[in-house]
Amino acid sequence: MMNQIQVLARVFAYLSRLTAGGGVAALPEMRILTVEVHKWLTFPQLIHLYSVGQPAPGPNMMMMVAIAGWVGGFVAAVVTLIAFFGPTTLFTFLVARLGKKLENWPWRTSIQQGLAPVSIGLLLAGCFTMGKGAISGLATSAIAVGVLLILLQYRINPALLVVGVAAVDLLSFATK
Amino acid sequence: MSDPDTKTATRVLPCAGAKASVGQMFLEFPVVGISSFGGVVPYLRASLVTKQHWIDDKELVGMLSISQSLPGLNATNMAILEGDKLCGALGSLTAIVGVCLPDALIMAAVAVFYRHHGDRALVSAGLKGVAAAAVGLLLHQSVFRTLIVLGILAILFQHPRRRENVNL
Repeated sequence: MMNQIQVLARVFAYLSRLTAGGGVAALPEMRILTVEVHKWLTFPQLIHLYSVGQPAPGPNMMMMVAIAGWVGGFVAAVVTLIAFFGPTTLFTFLVARLGKKLENWPWRTSIQQGLAPVSIGLLLAGCFTMGKGAISGLATSAIAVGVLLILLQYRINPALLVVGVAAVDLLSFATK
Repeated sequence: MSDPDTKTATRVLPCAGAKASVGQMFLEFPVVGISSFGGVVPYLRASLVTKQHWIDDKELVGMLSISQSLPGLNATNMAILEGDKLCGALGSLTAIVGVCLPDALIMAAVAVFYRHHGDRALVSAGLKGVAAAAVGLLLHQSVFRTLIVLGILAILFQHPRRRENVNL
């Protein structure tokens, strides 16, 4: 068990460094490490937990609590959270402290402009991984495209959409 | 410097020269964490800029762009920067724990529920649509971000010399 917790901490400390483009950026690597390498959960389970984290409040990556909890219980969940948030928290804090005038630092704009296209690529990669697990036919494709079109057209809280889709799903299941 | 604005009762551990106390932050950040469906950043703005007036919009935009160029989640990076500005290291710690804690508890509850009921037909039926909808959300984010980057590049390409004159 102690060993598993160490592995969890190492995996999520590593994943936290991939999240410069947002939490989704780490999803492809998270799939490889948690599903294929360590077999902590199945791919459909990962997709389910990640998509529940999408409308749930707060950072989506919080679903790591679920994975760690399954593998090693409460202690593993706490250790994993610290491993994930600790290093980047410290780094962000130190950078903020060192560069009080960070907003006028010429490199910052360059880094940001360089990272922006990279983050789109990472986002699309995460999107592709999600799609592989979640899109399995006409109905699911229609939901994904429908959500995209609605969000492009209207300013609506995405969480409401997701909850709506779940409600329609359950209704159609119940009336089947 | 003492702050004349002391209408809130919670003045636990007031911070020197700041508008907030650690006690207030410990109450405010979890509210953001728990109410922030579909992304924390807009809720941080609603809470810290609009409601509490702890920081202004210009500072928020500055913090967001710093957060985006550092590793780590934007939302938590912003909480760290805001916490530090309000109350130093202790403020940062309070902010990040505050934003994450309610969410971690919710996901822990989800994990327990999903472990026991995840393979029921009803639950997988609901989650199938949720997962597909999540793909739609991500596609939307990608489209949105592509447009923003193209816009920035277009502006830079058109006015490479005039950047200093542009006021946000």
